[in-house]
Amino acid sequence: MPRPGFVLDVDRSTPPILFHHGESLKLERLPAGRSRVLYPAEPLEPLDDPDAAIRHALENPLGDSAPLRALLTPGMKLTIAFDDISLPLPPMRRPDVRQRVIEAVLDVVAAAGVDDVHLIAALALHRRMTEAELRHAVGDRVYDAFAPQGLLYNHDAEDPDNLAFIGATPHGEEVEINKRAAESDLIVYVNINLVSMDGGWKSTATGLASYRSLRHHHNVKTMRASRSFMDRHQSELHSSNWRMGEVLKDSGIKVFQIETTLNNDTFGTSGPMSVLQKREWEWTARDRATFIGMKAGLDRLPMKARRKIFNSWLAPYGITSVQAGEVDAVHEVTTDNVFKQQLVTIDGQTDILTMGLPYICPYNVSSIMNPILVMCLGLGYFFNMYRGEPLVREGGVLIMSHPTPWEFHPVHHPSYIDFFEQVLAETTDPIEIESRYEKQYAEDEWYRHLYRTSHAYHGVHPFYMWYWGSHALAHLGKVIIVGGEPRSVRRLGFTPASTLNDALEMASDVVGRHATITHLHNPPIVMADVT
Amino acid sequence: MFSRQPAKFAAAMVAGRLVPGGGAKVGPLALRDVDPPELPGPGWVRVRPRLAGICGSDLATIDGTSSRWFEPIVSFPFTPGHEVVGDLDDGTRVVVVPVLSCVARGIRPVCGPCAEGHINHCERIGFGDLEPGLQCGFCESTGGGWSTLMVAHESQLVPVPAELSDEAAVLIEPTACAAHAASLVHAGQVALIGSGTLGLLTIAALRRARPEADILATAKHPRQRDLAKELGADTVVAPGELDRLVRARTGSMRLDNGQLGGGVEAVVDCVGSAESIAQALRIAAPGGTIHAVGMPGVTTVDLTPLWQREVALKGTYAYERADFDTAAVLVQDLDLGCLLSATYPLRRYEDAIAHAARAGARGAVKIAFDLRSERERDHI
Repeated sequence: MPRPGFVLDVDRSTPPILFHHGESLKLERLPAGRSRVLYPAEPLEPLDDPDAAIRHALENPLGDSAPLRALLTPGMKLTIAFDDISLPLPPMRRPDVRQRVIEAVLDVVAAAGVDDVHLIAALALHRRMTEAELRHAVGDRVYDAFAPQGLLYNHDAEDPDNLAFIGATPHGEEVEINKRAAESDLIVYVNINLVSMDGGWKSTATGLASYRSLRHHHNVKTMRASRSFMDRHQSELHSSNWRMGEVLKDSGIKVFQIETTLNNDTFGTSGPMSVLQKREWEWTARDRATFIGMKAGLDRLPMKARRKIFNSWLAPYGITSVQAGEVDAVHEVTTDNVFKQQLVTIDGQTDILTMGLPYICPYNVSSIMNPILVMCLGLGYFFNMYRGEPLVREGGVLIMSHPTPWEFHPVHHPSYIDFFEQVLAETTDPIEIESRYEKQYAEDEWYRHLYRTSHAYHGVHPFYMWYWGSHALAHLGKVIIVGGEPRSVRRLGFTPASTLNDALEMASDVVGRHATITHLHNPPIVMADVT
Repeated sequence: MFSRQPAKFAAAMVAGRLVPGGGAKVGPLALRDVDPPELPGPGWVRVRPRLAGICGSDLATIDGTSSRWFEPIVSFPFTPGHEVVGDLDDGTRVVVVPVLSCVARGIRPVCGPCAEGHINHCERIGFGDLEPGLQCGFCESTGGGWSTLMVAHESQLVPVPAELSDEAAVLIEPTACAAHAASLVHAGQVALIGSGTLGLLTIAALRRARPEADILATAKHPRQRDLAKELGADTVVAPGELDRLVRARTGSMRLDNGQLGGGVEAVVDCVGSAESIAQALRIAAPGGTIHAVGMPGVTTVDLTPLWQREVALKGTYAYERADFDTAAVLVQDLDLGCLLSATYPLRRYEDAIAHAARAGARGAVKIAFDLRSERERDHI
């Protein structure tokens, strides 16, 4: 029986706590008597037979939906959309859950005699997936059956000939999605719900949408009103997507939603990485030796080699649930299943929130975690891993540990470089950034060209990353990055610190000398239920 | 005083490469007691410098990096200093227009350009009553501002308004250069390379001349960056970031090697190095113009883009008389005297030149000599 997550009060006997630090690791001693650590639960037991569970879900849909087979008729037009490279993190070992689900869906599709089938990576404004990445996601069999005929491809949010304007919500939000999907008799959307933010109407309304549509919820006002992104009913981002979902439904678009959840077995239970998901006081002598050796080895390697090591890691996640059917009904159950793994109750807010940022976030798979992504991961994702109130109080301090190099992947993140050099050099205020610069970047022909033909994130994407952290920016009194490259950290508008102790000293100027500290021990993923 | 001493000149070249301004210690520049220049003829007056600035062209001369092009149009030994505010014998405070045109040289009739007021295009700078010298400060006959006395022709004098301080007035001459450069730029979008004194002043002059222009600038140092923004640049980036800024601002396409499809209509190069010219060529739009404002020297640069993109490379030298009027207004309106960061007495000329040579890195802009307390000034 896996142990649930819990909150550790740090005392003098507490060993140093693990902090991820990009492509490295650290052990940090937190002040006794005023610090606590929020630990994730141990991995839930995976499904014994995930393929059977998938078949069962397709045959026993939730909500107002017939089984998948009943929705299929010969001659119909079917589009299978699936989550892109941003999920899960790190990527999972083969077979990817998308492959399992898509293969099961295609079995039903074949049995029903449906032959007009397209598979689309629903990447919105993310970079196009490579062949290898698509193969990893859907499996070689599916890839070889569809891709050579041009029936498996990446969504193109800038292809004017393959976008369909569906309508607008009562709030004036324009809904424009992939034309093939819109004109299909049925969309089957295959999700990996790594966190509670994923899935629901956000899948189709965001994953298959265009900039024209996305800008209505990917903006500062919406992001600041999403408290948090992980709590659907308190998230304006999700409310907007759900309104768009209504527009899709009213237009006659039919979606058969398939959502899957994974446990948080990120680093495995054996091998050198397994130490990263053990609780420090339970480390054996072997674990300690492994950690010391791993850290020493990593720190001696050049960054390129370190990245290669980390980027090659595939997580041994287990599949914990599969739900299929009507979007809302499916999503409610899925979210509960995500919470079962990730939600940990914690009493009250803290003055200082600490976190060690790992090497990966949704937008740098096989890539570089550039400073903008550091901001987004810390202030956008980790800060928002709460339900109720933010884990850190208003005016409190966020301390993140990450090397934050002034380094960008030139193919994946071209507009990020310009955003960092040109926009952040002028201002870090999300509202000013949005009003002064977004349109120029969103409509830039070169970025558009790279997004459509290379493997670049859309020109507007770094703006969204910045907006993602806008709630935290407004909420926090100070942000400190420990071990970050000072000029990068300053460009972000944050404060660099050499050590955690220095950072805590700096934080005391804002929150006093006896401030409370909470460390978010993530990854594996943990979400705070702040009471 | 700067003398023709080949061995010392060679030493200055070496020292200047090692340490900017290093040529002052080992080169032909020396502090000497010399006889004051004689009045060359009617219409000439004596000027007692109050403040005299150190210009980039002075530093290039001292460090031995200036082009041999100048050899026939300077005369040795000369006293440097062409950014001068000084007193006439009757106490009138003036700024000197240092360009030595036909009128100053006593050439009659004046050459065509001088007749049209284009004194910076004078075709007789090596001739006439004076020793060769394109400006005061490079001419044996006139002396220069880094002294307690020089001479100037009455056509070279610009009275200084009483309300303008010496510190502000010494900025008028470089500002006139900037005003002249700005008057030649006719583009809605301008990229300006270099935020040293000349770059900053050109930003200010451009902003005044073209209020609607989108001015993109580079600055190496934080203080330069702040000043560039204050003086009117819309966006300021590090030199290595300009290509990407131009691409983004113009919505250009970009090839794999970083080459732009488009670019800006006008590039104003206030540096004049091989790197800055090469960068200017990279970011100028097809059919665009590069204005070479900073003094270049002997450089190696690939001119293929100049040819392939029909880019014009246009020199911008000095000014015309009217540019001084524009400059005086700019200096007064924008309080450009604040750009004078430090002054030195003549005896500390090595320190002054070292400071000027690393002004940007030291958070400074314009460095000048302060002659007002020099003992010799009142005894001549």
